[in-house]
Amino acid sequence: MGDLTRIFVSAALINNFVLAYFVGLCPFFGVSKKVPTALRMGGAVTFVMVLTASAVSFLNAWVLPVAPYLRLISYIVVIASLVQIVEMVVKKTSPALFRALGIYLPLITTNCAILYLALFQYARGYGFFEGLAFALGAGAGFTLALVLMASIRQRSETASVPAIAREMGLAMIIAASLSMAFMGFAGLLSAGA
Amino acid sequence: MNVDRGAGDGGHERLRGEPERRREADGGGDREAGGSGASGASASGTPRLHLAPSPHIHSPDSTPRIMWTVVATLVPVIAASTWFFGLSALLVLAAATLGCFIVERTLGERGSVGDGSAVITGLLLGLTLPAGIPLWMAFLGGAFAIGFGKLIFGGLGQNIFNPALLGRAFLQAAFPTALTTWPALAERWTHIYASNLALPLLSPGKVDVVTMATPLGLMKFEHQGTDLLKLAIGNTGGSLGETAGVLILVCGAYLAWKRYLNWRIPVAIFAAVAALSALLHAVRPSLPGAPFMLLSGGLILGAVYMATDMVTSPVTNLGSWIFGLGIGLITVVIRLWGGLAEGVMYSILFMNALVPFIDQATRPATFGTRAARKETA
Repeated sequence: MGDLTRIFVSAALINNFVLAYFVGLCPFFGVSKKVPTALRMGGAVTFVMVLTASAVSFLNAWVLPVAPYLRLISYIVVIASLVQIVEMVVKKTSPALFRALGIYLPLITTNCAILYLALFQYARGYGFFEGLAFALGAGAGFTLALVLMASIRQRSETASVPAIAREMGLAMIIAASLSMAFMGFAGLLSAGA
Repeated sequence: MNVDRGAGDGGHERLRGEPERRREADGGGDREAGGSGASGASASGTPRLHLAPSPHIHSPDSTPRIMWTVVATLVPVIAASTWFFGLSALLVLAAATLGCFIVERTLGERGSVGDGSAVITGLLLGLTLPAGIPLWMAFLGGAFAIGFGKLIFGGLGQNIFNPALLGRAFLQAAFPTALTTWPALAERWTHIYASNLALPLLSPGKVDVVTMATPLGLMKFEHQGTDLLKLAIGNTGGSLGETAGVLILVCGAYLAWKRYLNWRIPVAIFAAVAALSALLHAVRPSLPGAPFMLLSGGLILGAVYMATDMVTSPVTNLGSWIFGLGIGLITVVIRLWGGLAEGVMYSILFMNALVPFIDQATRPATFGTRAARKETA
């Protein structure tokens, strides 16, 4: 259990996918203008991550030992089909959210964070439950980064930002500052204690 | 506010000091429009109604006044650091402040240098640096702090992160060795460390520096305690401003008394650190106890001067408690389990990022829209 907690916290804070590994940046910048949308996008990504992690752990256990050359292809196929499922579910249950997420929902397919998750899960030899904790942590970290970003951007909306840094420029600066703030968590849990 | 309401003047009332608008409102045909404006009104003794937009109660405090008061309270802290670290302390502080000043002057709004906020940022940044840091790094940190910590967000009042801490985080990321080389205390106050004078972009490692571990570093990596009295007075290793704890507390108390800082934030930080470290110390005695955690490192400086930055701390009192508790908890976690010996800077930056969220969550109900909810904080 302690191991699972460690994996979760590590993926959420210390090695935050967005702010420490710099993956999944397109939705991070694209859907971080409003907090509610950011929260839902985070939820969608977490959901896909969890599904991916469980699917990948089965692939790792049963398919890939037989055909290791299928790794990347099988991961991508799995992720793409999962995103299709999520897209259909969201479209059916919440058309408003579907419109709000826009192009970024199908883009989860090409969200490097998801593929990164799958590859990492393999590289670190995570089993089913470890993979789940990893996916939940990564999703929570992604959501946290996205929501923080959105709340800061909302507040800066009315600020008299110099013309050179409007919109995306400021978003980049905020992301860099957030990333620096997260550097304090580096080495957490690994130092023993 | 002085409202004199009169019955005369045919039901018309005069706006003192705003003759133009008054004329517009009255239309061209009014008999007063031909008058000689405000001076004529007061001279004839006609009743006057003094109208002005709120706020009506003015306090003598203004942004420059508050800022320069904070600068004044930093003087004893600076004096103490000069006593401990020699003239190097003054040089480092001057370099950091110069960096802030130049950027604010060239890129900021006209006259924004005069409000003193850039000077505070420079001094606070300097106080978080080790005494032996090359001066050009301190300068660069100051320039970064104002440029990317404040101006790019729209200037004073609109930044999200504490500029001084952002500058320090930048320096820590860029020059980790120089930022964690803590020189031994100066023998005389006229001492200047050789590493201060390293040329830009050259390695400062060529000069020999007698170093001294910080109390937190000793505790973390060698499990050695430090005498508490020494910690309180400040003759231990560390960054310029973080050693003289008691002095900072006194200055902070004055600022809190003047209401230039919200006392809830430092109190919440100290409470959280004390409670958590006392608890952990009770469970596992090898971990440092509450007094050591409170007095060591930059906790007091951070809690009093950095976390209470009006711009980057929550607006509501409840939010301030949450903010302070969060900083305290994260600080202890980073100190005990993190890879770094000190976590105050990062915990404040992290909670800075949460402030817009905290403000949203603790927004008080508009009066009358719900059952009156008293702010207990």
